[in-house]
Amino acid sequence: MKKEIICTVCPRGCHINVEGEGEKILSMEGYGCKRGVTYATAEFTNPVRILTTLVKIDGVDGELLPVRSANPVPKEKLFDCMEIIRKTKVGVPLKMHDVIIKNICDTGVDIVATKAVK
Amino acid sequence: MNNMKCDVVIIGGGPAGLAAAIAAKQEGAEKVLIVERDHALGGILQQCIHPGFGLTRFGEELTGPEYYSRFVDQANELGVEYMLGAMVLQVNNETNEVICTGSEYGLACIQAGSIVLAMGCRERTRAGIMVPGTRPSGLFTAGSAQRLVNRQNIMVGKKVVILGSGDIGMIMARRMSLEGAKVVMVVELMDYLAGLTRNRVQCLDDFGIPLKLSHTITRIEGDERVTGVWVAPVDENKKPIAEQAELVECDTVLFSVGLLPENELTRKAGIEINPVTNGPAVNQYMQTSSPSVFACGNVVHVNDLVDNVSAESAVAGKYAAMYAMGKLKDAQKNVPCVTGRNVRYLCPQSIDANQKDGKVTLYFRVLQPEQKVTLVARCGDEILAKHKEILVNPGEMNHLTIDTNMISGSDVTVEVVKEA
Repeated sequence: MKKEIICTVCPRGCHINVEGEGEKILSMEGYGCKRGVTYATAEFTNPVRILTTLVKIDGVDGELLPVRSANPVPKEKLFDCMEIIRKTKVGVPLKMHDVIIKNICDTGVDIVATKAVK
Repeated sequence: MNNMKCDVVIIGGGPAGLAAAIAAKQEGAEKVLIVERDHALGGILQQCIHPGFGLTRFGEELTGPEYYSRFVDQANELGVEYMLGAMVLQVNNETNEVICTGSEYGLACIQAGSIVLAMGCRERTRAGIMVPGTRPSGLFTAGSAQRLVNRQNIMVGKKVVILGSGDIGMIMARRMSLEGAKVVMVVELMDYLAGLTRNRVQCLDDFGIPLKLSHTITRIEGDERVTGVWVAPVDENKKPIAEQAELVECDTVLFSVGLLPENELTRKAGIEINPVTNGPAVNQYMQTSSPSVFACGNVVHVNDLVDNVSAESAVAGKYAAMYAMGKLKDAQKNVPCVTGRNVRYLCPQSIDANQKDGKVTLYFRVLQPEQKVTLVARCGDEILAKHKEILVNPGEMNHLTIDTNMISGSDVTVEVVKEA
């Protein structure tokens, strides 16, 4: 498999071409520094993202609770996570970083509040 | 009228106002009061639920609400006072009074030792860039759509075209995609991305959203609701090539076409405005042409990172407190900061060269993207600071720190030197 990855480590934004199979990288071209190699390797083998969105607050109209994944989740699971989060309602009060959904989609990552609500 | 008194009054409770208030308290000002027109503190960060804030300041990637909550907590601990739901109508810099109004306090006059302007900025709109066509519903600035979706739970549309590749536009592209909308494309007039590369990768590429560089919207179609936009490539003079225009169907258009410092109060007070930044001209204390009035954050110049806003605002708060306590001497030797090759603007615009403690950070933006350059600050032929960069571009602010004790000439010039 071939993939072109734009490095986001620094503003230079090198276009790195990676060729490999699964976790194994066969060749890499176009990187500008070592940090680019690390980034491209992670992006090729297991791209992850922090997911941020909002959750409905039970009994409250017109105010939403901002939430995030406490750690990055696999990129391909973003929409699965959104499905679960969309169906969720929380009660208040809530403290900053209270867990809203534990181990979302078996990623081992919790969805937590990014705001305290009284 | 309700009369109040305080040492430092701060207009705006966003990241700039909060950082200024904290610094003013830490410097020893007794009564520090923030006047905020929203019903909560935090400013625009309340709707910026995405991560990417705080990497410089805290060394970790925070969301907007996490970032401002830290400042609100600290302001509360220090005893910063605030009026919410109160809008400032007038700044009177001769009497050092701020007139504001709100349902809780009625019309109020706040007498202060010093005033900090931290009103932030507004978005440029469709009218601001004069896009021809009809005037249907479904046209939003990216930030107002962000507020509707993230704070008011109102979905703005299903099939979206975004004009402008600024960060807010790209972040809204991801947000709308995650909420189930189809983002058809992002259209950018320039031949380079306006925002950060990271946002292109994580907000556009991740969701398969095409980025059309050197393109623009030439016409908006639709009667009640927008039904589509004409998208055309532009030539080297940024003129649309009409024959190549294509109709792109959509029910929503988001404009992410720039931010404008909100300086109605500043202008009305007769404070000098820099024509390039559209914000008040300041010295290194973030002091405006009116000595009791200080300014910080996006009202001075539009920043790309809130971390910079916090740092700059802490300077404003510190010196505003010193001024209120009678500890800030009048500027003795004002040296202008001059833009040299490939520099669009500089902040601060002047330096009081008599300052003894010496270090001043000059923030600036380039005019054009350029590779392999050296950023240089000089006074005549003497180099005050220099720094090599692999790449500079207008979307990412640069800075150099200089020592005021080294200023011997009549101005400080900052320039971008192309390496041979």
